[in-house]
Amino acid sequence: MSDLLLDIKGLTKAYPGVVANDDVSFSIQKGEVHALLGENGAGKSTLVKMIYGLVRPDKGDMQLKAATFAPQEPRAARASGVAMVFQHFSLFDALNVAENIALGMENPPKQRELAKRITEVSQAYGLPLDPTRMVGDLSAGERQRVEIIRCLLQDPSLLIMDEPTSVLTPQEVEVLFKTLRKLREEGTSILYISHKLEEIRAICDAATILRRGKVVATSDPKTASARELAELMVGSTLHQPERATQELGDVMLEVNDLSTASASPFGTSLKSINLKVRKGEVLGVGGVAGNGQDELLAALSGESLSSANSVIIDGNPIGNLGPNDRRHIGVLSAPEERLGHAAAPDMSLTENALLTGSKRENLAENGFINWGKTREFAEKIISDFDVRTPGPSHVARSLSGGNLQKFVIGREILQRPEVLVVNQPTWGVDAAAAADIRQALLDLAAAGTALVVISQDLDELMEISTNFAALHHGHLSETRPCKGLTVDEIGLMLGGADAAA
Amino acid sequence: MDLSAINPLVLITTLMIAATPILLAALGELVVEKSGVLNLGVEGMMITGAICGFAIAVETGNPAIGMLAAMVGGAMLSLIFAFLTQILLANQVATGLALTLFGLGLSSLLGQGYVGVKPPSTPKIEIPLLADLPIVGPVLFQHDMVVYFSIFMVVVIWATLKYSRLGLVLRAVGESHDAAHALGYKVVRIRIMAIMFGGAMAGLGGAYLSLVRVPQWVDGMTAGAGWIALAIVVFASWRAGRVLLGAYLFGGVTILQLNLQAAGVNLPVEYLSMSPYLITILVLVIMSAKGGRAALGAPAALGRVFHASS
Repeated sequence: MSDLLLDIKGLTKAYPGVVANDDVSFSIQKGEVHALLGENGAGKSTLVKMIYGLVRPDKGDMQLKAATFAPQEPRAARASGVAMVFQHFSLFDALNVAENIALGMENPPKQRELAKRITEVSQAYGLPLDPTRMVGDLSAGERQRVEIIRCLLQDPSLLIMDEPTSVLTPQEVEVLFKTLRKLREEGTSILYISHKLEEIRAICDAATILRRGKVVATSDPKTASARELAELMVGSTLHQPERATQELGDVMLEVNDLSTASASPFGTSLKSINLKVRKGEVLGVGGVAGNGQDELLAALSGESLSSANSVIIDGNPIGNLGPNDRRHIGVLSAPEERLGHAAAPDMSLTENALLTGSKRENLAENGFINWGKTREFAEKIISDFDVRTPGPSHVARSLSGGNLQKFVIGREILQRPEVLVVNQPTWGVDAAAAADIRQALLDLAAAGTALVVISQDLDELMEISTNFAALHHGHLSETRPCKGLTVDEIGLMLGGADAAA
Repeated sequence: MDLSAINPLVLITTLMIAATPILLAALGELVVEKSGVLNLGVEGMMITGAICGFAIAVETGNPAIGMLAAMVGGAMLSLIFAFLTQILLANQVATGLALTLFGLGLSSLLGQGYVGVKPPSTPKIEIPLLADLPIVGPVLFQHDMVVYFSIFMVVVIWATLKYSRLGLVLRAVGESHDAAHALGYKVVRIRIMAIMFGGAMAGLGGAYLSLVRVPQWVDGMTAGAGWIALAIVVFASWRAGRVLLGAYLFGGVTILQLNLQAAGVNLPVEYLSMSPYLITILVLVIMSAKGGRAALGAPAALGRVFHASS
C-alpha cells in the first residue's frame, strides 16, 4: 500500500509494575484522521510519546513513509515531520506568542519574519492570533491555536493531537474541526486522541481502541455507534446515572452581588455573581477553564472571604466565615486541583480524611486527634467509593488521579453536607468511576443537599444538573433549566452572550 | 565635620570598584535564576573564588591567572550544588545555604598560609584617547580589566537574554521546565551550565575583592556581599541593566558612608555601616509592594525541583 504513512508493529513499553503498552500495532494512512480511543491509563499517552520521541519503546518498531522510524528525541521526530499538540499545553506564560512558537521549531527565522509567517498561517487556517501577545493573557482556545500554528509552520505529515477539545467551547470545537478538515484535504494525517465519542464519530476516518495497553479493536467510527465504541473502550456495559425526579425544597444557598479579586496574577476576578440553589437542586456551572471557576469555588468554600451578606446559607449570612466555620455548618467543597489543594500530597489518606472531616465527624476532641475514629472514617471512604489503594496509611500522592478524585469527593459526600460545591468532579477519572461519582452526587441531591457542580464537561453537566449557568470572564450568566437547552444556546452562554447585562 | 573633603569624582571612581564584586556575582545569579534555579550559595562561591584567586595569583605572581583560577574554583563549588539539586533533586534553599557554610569553611582552610601576604597588584588599563578626556577620563576610563569586563557582561547578558536563541531557551526553562522538557530541551543540562556560569561569575567577584578591592586575604572577607548580590537580583526584577544600577547604588552608599565616617559625621559608625543594608531592604520592600511574583518578573519555575516523569 503506497498510501501508508505510519506503520507501528508490536510496540511494547513497560514501567515498573505496569505494562503501559503491550504489543501495540496499527497503521495510519496518508490524509487520514485516525482516532486513538481509550480510558485513562489505557496507554494512549505513552504510545504517542513513543511516536514523538519522548519515550523509547522496549520492543517493536515503527515505519514512517516506509523508512525505519526510531526517534531518539522530539527534535528527531519533528525533523521527520511528526508534530504534536499537547493536552496540557507546552507553553510559557511569560513569553509572547512568537517566542513560544520559535521554541518549538528547529531553525526558527528571525522574530520579525516569524511574526509575519505566523500571521499568514493563522489567516490561511482561520485561526486569528497576534504574535506579540503574552501567552499568559490568552484564553485556552487561543493557547491551543499557538500550539497548532507552531506545528503547522513545520509542514508536518503527521499531526498528533492529545485531547484537543477538552478545554474548548462548542463553537471553538467547530473552528478546530474546520482546520483539521482543511489539513486532511491537504494530505496531512492526524492522530486524534480522545475519549469523547461524538467528536470522534464527527471527524475521524478510522479508530484504534486501546484497553489496558492492548489494542482491543479497530473500528470505523462513521458506522459504529457511540455506545458500541464506549463498550469496546470500557470492556463492559456502562451504567447510566439515574436522576430521581422530585420537588425542590427551600432556597439553601444564596449568593448576592459577590465580587472577589483573584489571588493569582493570571486568574479571573468574580464580578457581581448572583445565584440561588434549592435543597435537592444540582446547579451546573459551565465555562471554559480560567473564567473564574477556581475563584467561585474559593468564594463558596470560604478560602476567599467577602462581606457577610454576599453568601447566605439557609438564611444565615456567612460570607465572612472561613472554611472551617463553613464546614461546621455543612458547607463542604472539593476543589479541582487534587494534589496540593484538595489533598496534601505527602500525608496519608487517614491524615487527609482528618483535614476536612475533623469537625463534622468529631475526629478531634479537646485538641487531641482520635486516630482510631479517623482511620475508620478513611476506611469507610475507601470502601464506599471503591478507592483502589492498599490501605489508608498510604500517602495521597501514591494514588492515581482518578482514585484520589474518588477519595476526595467521597470524603465530602460522607460528611452529609448541606451544601456541596465541587469543581471538575470527574476530571481525569475513567468512565465507569465517573458514572459512580455522578450517581453519588445525584443521590446526595435526592437526599436534600444543595449542590453546585462546576465543570468543563458539558455532557456531564447536562446529565446531572437541574439548572445550568455559565461563567465567562468572572460573570455568571442567568440560571436556566437544563431541560430544553440546546447546544447552541449553551455555546452562547459560555461565550458570555448575556453576561453583559 | 568637613563634607568638602569628599571629592565626588574620587567617590564615583571608588564606587565602581566597590560595586564590581557584587555586580559580577549578581549577574551570575541572574542567569542562574533565569534558568529557574535559586542558588543561595553565592556567598560561599564568592569566598571560595576569593581564596582560589588570591592563592594562585600569589603563587604565579600573575593576577590574571589568579582571576581565571577564581572562576574555576567558583564553578567547581557550584558543581556540588548542581549535582545535589539537579541530579539528586535536593531542596535548593537548603543546599544553597549549606554551600555558603561549606564555602566559608573551605576558604578558611585553604587560606591559612596566606593571611598577611600581599598579592601582586592588578594593572590599570587606560583606554587610549578616552582616558585623556577631562573629568570623565580619569573617572570612567582608568580602571583595571575586571571593571570593564563586568560592564561588558551586563551588555552581553542583556542582549543574550533578549535577542538570542540561547537566551530564549534559558528563559523558557526557567518559566516552565515541564513544557521545555516536552519540547525536547535538556532541562537539567541547561540548568547545570547556568549554575556553573553563576559560580564562575561569583568566583571572579570574590577574587576581585581579595586581589583589588582590599587587597589581601582575610577570613570571611566577603562579609555578606553574596547576600547583597542575591538581593540585587530581586531588586533588579531579573533584568541585567537594573542589576548594574542596583550594584552601583549599593556600592555608592557603601563608599559614601566610608567617606562620611572619614569626614567625621556626628553619627555612630554602626549606623553608617548598616546603611547600605538598610537601603537595600528598603528598596526591596518598595519594589515588592508593587505586585506579586509575576509582576516583578520572577521566573515562574524559580526554585522548583524538576523531575522528568515521562
